[in-house]
Amino acid sequence: MKGVRHYPGFLAMTLACLLVLYAPLAVVAVYSFNGSTSITQWGGFSLRWYGDVFTGPEAGRFGQAAWNSLTIALIASTTAAAIATAAALAMIRGGAFHGRQASFALINLPLMVPEIVIAVSTLIFFSTVGLTTGYLTILLAHITFCIPFAYLPIAARLEGIEGTYEQAARDLYATRAQAFRLILLPLMMPGVVSGWLLAFIISLDDFIITNFVKGAGMETLPTAIFGSVKQGIKPNIMAISTLMLGVSVLFVTAAYLVNRKGQKIP
Amino acid sequence: MAGPGPSRGPADAAYAGLVRPLLLPTWVVIGILMVVPVALMAVYSFLTKEFRGGVEWDFTLAAYDQFFVTRGLFGDEPAQIEWTYITIFARSIWQAALATGLCLLIGFPTAWFIATRPARTRGVWLFLITIPYWVNLLIRTVSLKFLIRETGPLNESLMAIGLIDSPLPLVNTNLAVQLGLFYSYLPFMVLPIYAAVERYNFALSEAAADLYASRWATLREIVLPVVRPGIVAGMILVFVPSLGAFLAPDLLGGAKTFMIGSLIDEQFKGSQGNWPFGAAVSMILMSMVMVVLLAYARAQGRAGR
Repeated sequence: MKGVRHYPGFLAMTLACLLVLYAPLAVVAVYSFNGSTSITQWGGFSLRWYGDVFTGPEAGRFGQAAWNSLTIALIASTTAAAIATAAALAMIRGGAFHGRQASFALINLPLMVPEIVIAVSTLIFFSTVGLTTGYLTILLAHITFCIPFAYLPIAARLEGIEGTYEQAARDLYATRAQAFRLILLPLMMPGVVSGWLLAFIISLDDFIITNFVKGAGMETLPTAIFGSVKQGIKPNIMAISTLMLGVSVLFVTAAYLVNRKGQKIP
Repeated sequence: MAGPGPSRGPADAAYAGLVRPLLLPTWVVIGILMVVPVALMAVYSFLTKEFRGGVEWDFTLAAYDQFFVTRGLFGDEPAQIEWTYITIFARSIWQAALATGLCLLIGFPTAWFIATRPARTRGVWLFLITIPYWVNLLIRTVSLKFLIRETGPLNESLMAIGLIDSPLPLVNTNLAVQLGLFYSYLPFMVLPIYAAVERYNFALSEAAADLYASRWATLREIVLPVVRPGIVAGMILVFVPSLGAFLAPDLLGGAKTFMIGSLIDEQFKGSQGNWPFGAAVSMILMSMVMVVLLAYARAQGRAGR
């Protein structure tokens, strides 16, 4: 039985795959604790670069960038999750309707158009309508490309919930609003939460589109890091990278656990 | 790109009356902030560039002309094919194709290995593969650069164990860019192949083995054709973003590894930029991607029938 599943060397390839994926991150994480000012020499374990991130000469710039990144990600992911939840209700519970195929294509459009093309077209749009590039333009762009990422887990979750629960609520004289608020929404919640988390990380992660629509003087964490890295990789960048790595891993683990816990539908 | 799926009867049409208001925000946001901009970009590619960056509303084919045709340094020679930009596109396609091949080479065995684990540990393996995808792409690319640079840990340790005498000049080479693309999009290859292998009926392999097919003959003749849809999906998911990638070529490559993403980026920087040309290059890139996606969708449609 087991024989046909086994191919010699595939385990080695898998381990090689994981090595390739994790080695660069691990190396940077280790070197972020380097006590030396040189990035090549190991000067013993130290937290000085973490201190530098919060109190060093660049702390103000990175602090502002981090604040921008977090607030944009928070607003964009929440808005996108709300829009995606409404869209999922229409797509999954709306029966057959005119324009369903087109709506589906529209929701997924941000996934089909290459990122750099989205960046260019969004910049051209803002420039044409006369919107000065800055916080607002970044936020609008982020809301747009976050929608499909929020939609996918929400729609997947909704598809797995049978209509009978709401039907029972309606039979017992619940209004549609009550059936939604008390029955459907709680059942959908794991999907909504993982959609929101995905959108949050996608927003936090974005560099290319933000770089086009941010305007002068406005920075998010990725664009600030990119600006620094252009002058060479400094130890404080490695500390910031490791912190962001930690945040990403925390979020993905949360999404994974929420999803697994929500796997079972009563 | 699966379809929206069938709707399943009256119990599932509870929101039929609310379809319009529920979809309105999606239509407004994606319509105004993505469909209109792409249409506007198409218009811009036919406009005249202004010297301070920006455009004048005079319609011209100058941007496409600049892409495909050269008339010598002073514009007075007979028109010839301009190879500069076609070369950049060819290089991008080549780099993206090599990165896709590399992803397939490592991704297939990995996906197979994970899909043949017991259900209990499968989730953990998958989770390990997906975590790096959720780590900021910029940080991953910078980390890779840190690792493979001339005085970086990779070269240092290879020299320490005596495998090489002088550091390998990896950064600013085509290989570094391919590695970067491979590293950026590897999970996109593993996941669809995993999904295909998970549905694979292993009785087929057993039947082949009973008929004295070797392990590798079985893989080639039975497994690969059956899981091909997963492989094709993975290849597209890696190839398409690689083609327009910006970070890996920009950070890991040099002038000789210039790709489409950097070419477009340059057109929108400061007063040196050329917006109509940037829009035209973006249009050409998007057309190529759409051709790939449509061909894929058609092939899917045929296979589904």
